[in-house]
Amino acid sequence: MKNLEDLKEQIRKALPELDVVIGWTDSFDPLHATPHFMRKEEDIDKLKVDALCVHNLATYLPGLKGKKVGIVVKGCDSRSVVELLQENLIKREDVTIFGFGCNGVVDQTKIRSIIGDVGNIEACELTDKEVTVTASGEVHKLALDEVLSDKCKTCRYPNAVLSDHFTGEEVATTATFEDGYKDLEEFEAKSTEEKFAYWLGEMDRCIRCYACRNACPMCVCRDHCVAQSRDPHWLSQEAHVRDKWMFQVIHAYHLTGRCTECGECQRACPVDIPILLFKKKFNKEIKEVFNYEAGLDPEATPPLLTFKNEEAKIKERDW
Amino acid sequence: MPVLEGKELRIVGFLCNWCSYGGADTAGVGRFDQPTDLRIIKVPCSGRIDPLFIVKTLMSGADGVLVSGCHPNDCHYAEGNFYARRRLEMLKRFIPMLGIDPNRFDYTWVSASEGQRWQEVVTKFTEQIHKLGPAQKIEGADAEETLKLMEASL
Ligand code: SF4
Ligand code: SF4
Ligand code: SF4
Repeated sequence: MKNLEDLKEQIRKALPELDVVIGWTDSFDPLHATPHFMRKEEDIDKLKVDALCVHNLATYLPGLKGKKVGIVVKGCDSRSVVELLQENLIKREDVTIFGFGCNGVVDQTKIRSIIGDVGNIEACELTDKEVTVTASGEVHKLALDEVLSDKCKTCRYPNAVLSDHFTGEEVATTATFEDGYKDLEEFEAKSTEEKFAYWLGEMDRCIRCYACRNACPMCVCRDHCVAQSRDPHWLSQEAHVRDKWMFQVIHAYHLTGRCTECGECQRACPVDIPILLFKKKFNKEIKEVFNYEAGLDPEATPPLLTFKNEEAKIKERDW
Repeated sequence: MPVLEGKELRIVGFLCNWCSYGGADTAGVGRFDQPTDLRIIKVPCSGRIDPLFIVKTLMSGADGVLVSGCHPNDCHYAEGNFYARRRLEMLKRFIPMLGIDPNRFDYTWVSASEGQRWQEVVTKFTEQIHKLGPAQKIEGADAEETLKLMEASL
């Protein structure tokens, strides 16, 4: 980030009034960043913001309710914050938002599939165009464009949609809503049987680790999640594909009109199941029927939490 | 009078207590002929129906699911069916993603006095399900198919 020092300065000024500011810092190896909780001045020096800062930090906000929290957000992350505000899960006066214009983050799965063994990363250099990774003595030059997350290639909100402090210049964007749904449309073109077989295979790989749920900023039920509740008993603890599949439908449905497509669920999945497709499907239909997108207006009500007597776009069955 | 003798399919109906269950009762009292594939689950209001009931039912092996509540503006609880309508519409549009034919699920409105209409709804829906035949069951994944998919994604 070019204006990192400006951001640090903003945080430095705000920190005395706050319990914690959440950002990112270096992780266990040079190819990863990790969430960073800044409580003291010296913590701020370790802040980093670059294409490795993939985590959506908004996930931590509901758990810090009641505290004064600062948070550093990319465009997509800022939508999660807005959605949490919309749903009264956090209070506006309790959060201080440090936004910036984002140029995209990398997809570790793509990097892994290109360079293979990522067990021993020695160095990682980032420029606007390139990621240079040294792994097990070998240097790999990867075009940033090739390893960018899919969501970033069609990003329409690279700038924080809501912020108290904004760092640097706004990033321009030309992507349209439709651009983000090409993969979904491709999938939808498959036959009913193909889709069924596809999910049966994909869901079979799920190990029920619930990383997808835990990474999701909008999965706020925590200890009351239907995946584990005995009352009501929605899912058994069996490793049957039916339960795993059902869990994903539950996750997707509970996010209808709320999911901001930050992609954290899919990123967190250790076995790379393309679960974002389900959420995209709901989002596309929400847009089609209610002309609504989650996480843009803190005052808006998610469409499934309200209704109209006459629904313009719902055509009912006339038997 | 089953639509196809000896070939019943399993259809689950979620009906609201105040209108559609009454409507089905009216049809019964009026001795209207109805297919017998439908098993009714009575719920207090269509607004009580979590769309995930429907997914769970389909994934557990039902061949079709029908939801019926009071007509909009006639809800016993004033607005339960308005919420239901939005939720069910979203589900209806989502179902094809799972590789389940969207015609296996429908939602509609039948009032307590509409015995005739209930007969029509249930007959047509049952025919619709019979046209599709038995649903694909989730027995477990095909290991070879899974392996192929995994290899393709590597
Ligand atoms: S989706 Fe947009 S805001 Fe989010 S990381 Fe990618 S480019 Fe940045
Ligand atoms: S469901 Fe996935 S994409 Fe949507 S908000 Fe949750 S983590 Fe983000
Ligand atoms: S993260 Fe992946 S493997 Fe883990 S529960 Fe979610 S879908 Fe299953």
